[in-house]
Amino acid sequence: MLPQNDIPQGNRVIISVLGKDRVGIIASVAGVLSAVNINILDISQTIIQEYFAMILMADISNSTINLEDLKEKLTELGTELGVRIDVQHTDAFNYMHRL
Amino acid sequence: MLTMQEILETIKMVQEEHLDIRTITMGISLRDCGHPDTEASCGRIYDKITRLAGDLVETGEVISRKYGIPIVNKRIAVTPVTLVAECSNTENYLPFANTLDRAAAATGVNFIGGFSAMVQKGYTLGDRRLINSIPEAIAATERVCASVNVASTKAGINMDAVLQMGHVIKKTACLTENRQGAGCARIVVFANAPEDNPFMAGAFHGVGEPECVINVGVSGPGVVKNVVKRLGAVDFGTLAEEIKKTAFKVTRMGELVGRTTANMLGVPFGIVDISLAPTPAVGDSVAEILEAMGLERCGTHGTTAALALLNDAIKKGGAMASSYVGGLSGAFIPVSEDAGMIRAVLDGALGLDKLEAMTCVCSVGLDMVAVPGDTPAETIAAIIADQSAIGMINQKTTAVRIIPACGKSVGDKVEMGGLLGSAPVMAVNPFSAADFVKRGGRIPAPVHSLTN
Repeated sequence: MLPQNDIPQGNRVIISVLGKDRVGIIASVAGVLSAVNINILDISQTIIQEYFAMILMADISNSTINLEDLKEKLTELGTELGVRIDVQHTDAFNYMHRL
Repeated sequence: MLTMQEILETIKMVQEEHLDIRTITMGISLRDCGHPDTEASCGRIYDKITRLAGDLVETGEVISRKYGIPIVNKRIAVTPVTLVAECSNTENYLPFANTLDRAAAATGVNFIGGFSAMVQKGYTLGDRRLINSIPEAIAATERVCASVNVASTKAGINMDAVLQMGHVIKKTACLTENRQGAGCARIVVFANAPEDNPFMAGAFHGVGEPECVINVGVSGPGVVKNVVKRLGAVDFGTLAEEIKKTAFKVTRMGELVGRTTANMLGVPFGIVDISLAPTPAVGDSVAEILEAMGLERCGTHGTTAALALLNDAIKKGGAMASSYVGGLSGAFIPVSEDAGMIRAVLDGALGLDKLEAMTCVCSVGLDMVAVPGDTPAETIAAIIADQSAIGMINQKTTAVRIIPACGKSVGDKVEMGGLLGSAPVMAVNPFSAADFVKRGGRIPAPVHSLTN
């Protein structure tokens, strides 16, 4: 049996927005997050050709909704804006890129 | 702090390159489920599986959503049924297969492995009964997978079992004819079978395993293919290095998912199987990786060398990424489940002989190959014997999963649907090996089995 206490803890998520650029993407996403009391820790964005990529790190410890509901809300928003919005726990990235 | 590039790399792997966790497999010991009364034994089996694996599928889905990575299959592997069923006073093991099928359906897993026997040195009473029951058991169930280990480096090759498996496969093909012989996709004949393999159809929960365990199989041929493509015409050292790095990242995902699953379910985490497992989806193909290395078609001269490089680089990267690597851990080359393999067969670049050679340097060899429906059982047995010999001599696992396509001949196609894909019917050697495989007895273990 392996020691199982070394699974990274924490309540940070990466929200990624990928798609065609348009006015108001950041504002809409930030609006959804602030409405459910999620604190944004970091935002970076880039335009690759005409495609827009925004990566947002947020702390969901004080969120009024759970991760599943947040995903649903943002997926809906993504459909509205014509972009793909994903929410993933930061462990998925840390485990792959950091030892 | 993670960089934007790293985050985008991970997202791209999942969204564009089909990175997924191929399977979370729960291994469950059934060794305390034996009973002289078959019904009582089956009751114990059903209760134990549904109790331990009741939350497996839901847990897998929660983790999949949390990390944003697809977990394609949730599965169960149990103690080789022969070890449990032997206690019961029955000749026919069909009730045990039906019980496994019901338990699998109740827990929501798509396959349950372990209708298995280990007969590399000879049969026990239960082994014989189980193997005799395989065709009927496969035909009567949807989710049960059967495997038989007929050879090992330490014991040699049980040629009686090899011949019998030729007949079992033929009979299963006939019984599942209305499903295009697809029942045979759930039968694997092994040499040196690993006891902690999470991949179907050959998964079972070996005797050295704990009461309950979580094993994980990762995937990601699409990710590796894109890396190879992006690199262009670099030398072999650079190529191997980059594949290694990619395998490391892919395996880390498996390690994370495996540990989290085990933690949530309160059972020990066993191993990560670092096999590259293709799917029929375009781009998710091992053959296409080999082609991206510079082969016009998979199967041409150079394929074995390319596969050797790939398989070794994957292992080196994967071994560094996980504390416990196990199972099969090598590239899979199933024909029907790999769009590039299918194309290679249709173009005449790939045949059974080349697949046999490729077996020597990768994981399991003749996997999901369809042969003409009129192929004699003795020829199938001889194919199994060849694969077993490669496994026995080279101290590695080999397996045969072969589908005699009833009423079909070379050039036809067998559609199995879903992850099993479609298999072009491949030519077998028309000359007979019947007198050879019918000799009976056991091929002795090789001299290098004497290691102590």
